[in-house]
Amino acid sequence: MELLSNLGLGFSVAGSFANLAFCLIGAILGTLIGVLPGIGATATIAMLLPITFQLEPVSSLIMLAGIYYGAQYGGSTTAILINMPGESSSAVTAIDGYQMARKGRAGAALAICAIGSFFAGTVSTFLVAIFAPWLTEQALKFGAAEYFSLMVLGLVMSVVLAHGSIVKALAMVVLGLLLGVVGTDIYTGTPRFTMGITEYADGLNFVALAVGVFGIAEILRNLEDESETREVMTASVRNLWPTREDFRAMVGPVLRGTGIGSLLGILPGGGAILASFASYTMEKKISKNPQEFGKGAIAGVAGPESANNAGAQTSFIPLLTLGIPANPVMALMIGAMIIQGIVPGPSVVTDQPELFWGIIASMWIGNLMLVVLNLPLIGLWVKLLTVPYYILFPIIMAMCSIGVYSVASNTFDLYAVAFFGLLGYLMSKLRFEPAPLLLGFVLGPLLEENLRRAMILSRGDATTFVTRPISLTLLLMSLGVLVLVLLPAIRKGRDEVFVESEG
Amino acid sequence: MSNQNTDTTEVAAGVMLILIAVFFGWQTLDLEVGTSLRMGPGYFPMILSGLLLILGIIVLLSAFRQKGEPFGRVAWRGLLFILPAPVFFGLTVRGLGFVPSLFITTLIAAQASVKMRPLPALILAVAVTVFSTFVFSYALGLPFRRFGPWLPL
Repeated sequence: MELLSNLGLGFSVAGSFANLAFCLIGAILGTLIGVLPGIGATATIAMLLPITFQLEPVSSLIMLAGIYYGAQYGGSTTAILINMPGESSSAVTAIDGYQMARKGRAGAALAICAIGSFFAGTVSTFLVAIFAPWLTEQALKFGAAEYFSLMVLGLVMSVVLAHGSIVKALAMVVLGLLLGVVGTDIYTGTPRFTMGITEYADGLNFVALAVGVFGIAEILRNLEDESETREVMTASVRNLWPTREDFRAMVGPVLRGTGIGSLLGILPGGGAILASFASYTMEKKISKNPQEFGKGAIAGVAGPESANNAGAQTSFIPLLTLGIPANPVMALMIGAMIIQGIVPGPSVVTDQPELFWGIIASMWIGNLMLVVLNLPLIGLWVKLLTVPYYILFPIIMAMCSIGVYSVASNTFDLYAVAFFGLLGYLMSKLRFEPAPLLLGFVLGPLLEENLRRAMILSRGDATTFVTRPISLTLLLMSLGVLVLVLLPAIRKGRDEVFVESEG
Repeated sequence: MSNQNTDTTEVAAGVMLILIAVFFGWQTLDLEVGTSLRMGPGYFPMILSGLLLILGIIVLLSAFRQKGEPFGRVAWRGLLFILPAPVFFGLTVRGLGFVPSLFITTLIAAQASVKMRPLPALILAVAVTVFSTFVFSYALGLPFRRFGPWLPL
């Protein structure tokens, strides 16, 4: 019954009136920005991140959980209503969700998303509560060499899941690691790559990088062609509640999606994106009417959305126990924790149980808020979709500027935003994926520290990484994954999955 | 894209990676590399710069073996007005103060769209400034100077 008392502690923290309010505000803000077309969950969270820094750690992370769920749901809304997925994880939802909307069933599609996500979120909350303490015990046995190898695995996984060229995704990881190294060397105090600017001695601001590379680059992309008009399925968002047949059709996909998502989410670097693709492929394979897929199949919305959410939830396991982010969103969460003075890792569970369990409980509460709040409010969000873009982006720019400045009152962070916005836009024009870069940036300092510590502990013997069994296993897994994706046959299959999603 | 067998986008991508790698590599020269037992501040960045250089060369070389895809439009107007907005905010938020600085920042950003007319831009900037001042400065109590020393107030 330790599980129940742990969850009880979590809910007593997250359920306080103030924290519920922060979670609610987060969910509203997250949805508000998330439904803006072309802005995905990662960009939304990056932009809203600074707001949470004014709060105490627990409240701040709880609000972030609300933002996260809101952003995810907002992304699904744009995917369904205007066929504009802001993120690859909702790209799958767009395939059948948009077709449902065109048949006048947008309301049902949105409700299926919310209900499927909620179910998956509930199940995976329990999974996290069950497995996190056990994994934490394992994690305490991890030395510097194991940490290093685990991070290598995480980075390799993020490369595999990126769109397009593997070599270019690898290059983005390396560039991210290099940018993460900027600042003062922790061992010797030597400034590195700061160009003599003392304001960068503490390293480049994580928020500035995230807002620039994700937020501003996306605004610029949207400004490329202003002549196109988007078709908004506003008229069809009535009859929100799914019919009895809909419910029957979604039970199976939701259950299977939850299973797949929970499993894949635990893998470092994997998580939600892979989960939604895997679920979609599976539903299509086992469906009695596979020809319905791509034409508004309920299973094509319910399965991936549940898998996505379950994967997102269980990816908190590697984040909270090992401090390894599984995807860019988790990388943002780590960034937020570090700014709050919390070092994610196994010690969080033992040292700050109320924080650990509070976050887990708040993830579930954030999910609940979404169902309670967003189903009735959907009409409002749809109206927001009709606000012209040229009104929205100056507001976003102002908020980003204030947000980034408020983190540390460092004006150089604002210059970094502009620089990273330019870099992000250039990268997107040259078909580079920003997600591996962000992951590399967050892990860079950790990777270097553990590498150096492992080498000192082994007295300069580099074989330490392959003679320790856990470390060797992790490295072999990374190598195996990398070899697999570079094999031509599998590479083709991977391309097909992505092509299918864009079709 | 005159040459069918060269992807110019990929050439640019490869060149960009190589330039970045060279830049970081050159900056690493000033740092002490150390030994593998006691790694100096330059050790890890040196490995990374080398890796990035190799990856850049691979991207560049493979660019000559694939067909080019269109590069697409460039948001020149967006670049011209979006990027200076946060820079302007950074330069003036202390001197001019939060209120006037944010007002002008929003006005600058608003110019990035061809669809924005002067009057709506002005109304939008006023609205954003009033809202943000109320929320961030009064409600959240962020330590911003509302009007800075550059103004004769």
